[in-house]
Amino acid sequence: MDKHECCHLLGSLSEFVDGSLGEDICAEIERHLADCQNCQIVVDTLEKTVYLYHTTSQETTTPEEVRQRLFHCLEIDDFTGSPHD
Amino acid sequence: MSSDKKSESISLEALRSGDRVEFARLVETTYEMIYRLSIRMVNNPQDAEDILQETYLKAYRHLKGFDGRSSVSTWLYRIATNEALMFLRRQKPGEMSIDEPLEEGESDQPPIQIVDWCCLPEETLLSSESRAYLDEAITRLSPSLRVVFVLRDIQGLSTQETGEVLDLSETAVKTRLSRARLRLREELSGYFGKRVLEGKGM
Repeated sequence: MDKHECCHLLGSLSEFVDGSLGEDICAEIERHLADCQNCQIVVDTLEKTVYLYHTTSQETTTPEEVRQRLFHCLEIDDFTGSPHD
Repeated sequence: MSSDKKSESISLEALRSGDRVEFARLVETTYEMIYRLSIRMVNNPQDAEDILQETYLKAYRHLKGFDGRSSVSTWLYRIATNEALMFLRRQKPGEMSIDEPLEEGESDQPPIQIVDWCCLPEETLLSSESRAYLDEAITRLSPSLRVVFVLRDIQGLSTQETGEVLDLSETAVKTRLSRARLRLREELSGYFGKRVLEGKGM
């Protein structure tokens, strides 16, 4: 394993997992990954890291009381599209 | 993002003329994304709520000055990220540097944790304990990395939109995102690596 090459590619891995790199650099990284198990693990766990945050980010909801207090402090409680309108 | 689409139908003209109904519509269609941003930035419901309220109070006061060059949601994000960053600065004065050195390699540490934890079952990766760890790990990022990570990977903004919100070049956004993701990967590798070893009876 060429340690220097690993460090050299490290900064590109984030864009690599996004699939937003150019063909040449992608090919270069893939060639390296075929020979370097450690970097392959870094890529896999980096991908998984992004995936876990994507997955959990969708689940944050705003508590109803927070919404009510927000509308109240902005003095727009009367203008919401609630059923009595 | 659906909230973006909805906020696109808001009439700027009505907003600027002080139309309260239109302002209420703006809040209704955007408050969830602003709350989500806030809570990921500060990891505390009470502080996130303060940031949420302050964001809309400021937005209302500055509506007349909004020129419509960016989208309404970008504008709101800008106010909210400023609020969150100011909050963090007040919390830890001196420790906060919005502009951490960005030169490639300067603070890029090579990965230390080389454990393949991708094989762990989803119920371990997404257990409530793991989720709490994920949230907490974000707060260990410096504010300047955290804000880029939250906008890109939590809120799902594009590189260009993130740059617009933070007044950063696309290259700077990519560099910070890369750094943030690699650091989080280190954190999660330390955490989940232990689970892998436990699973192997070590």
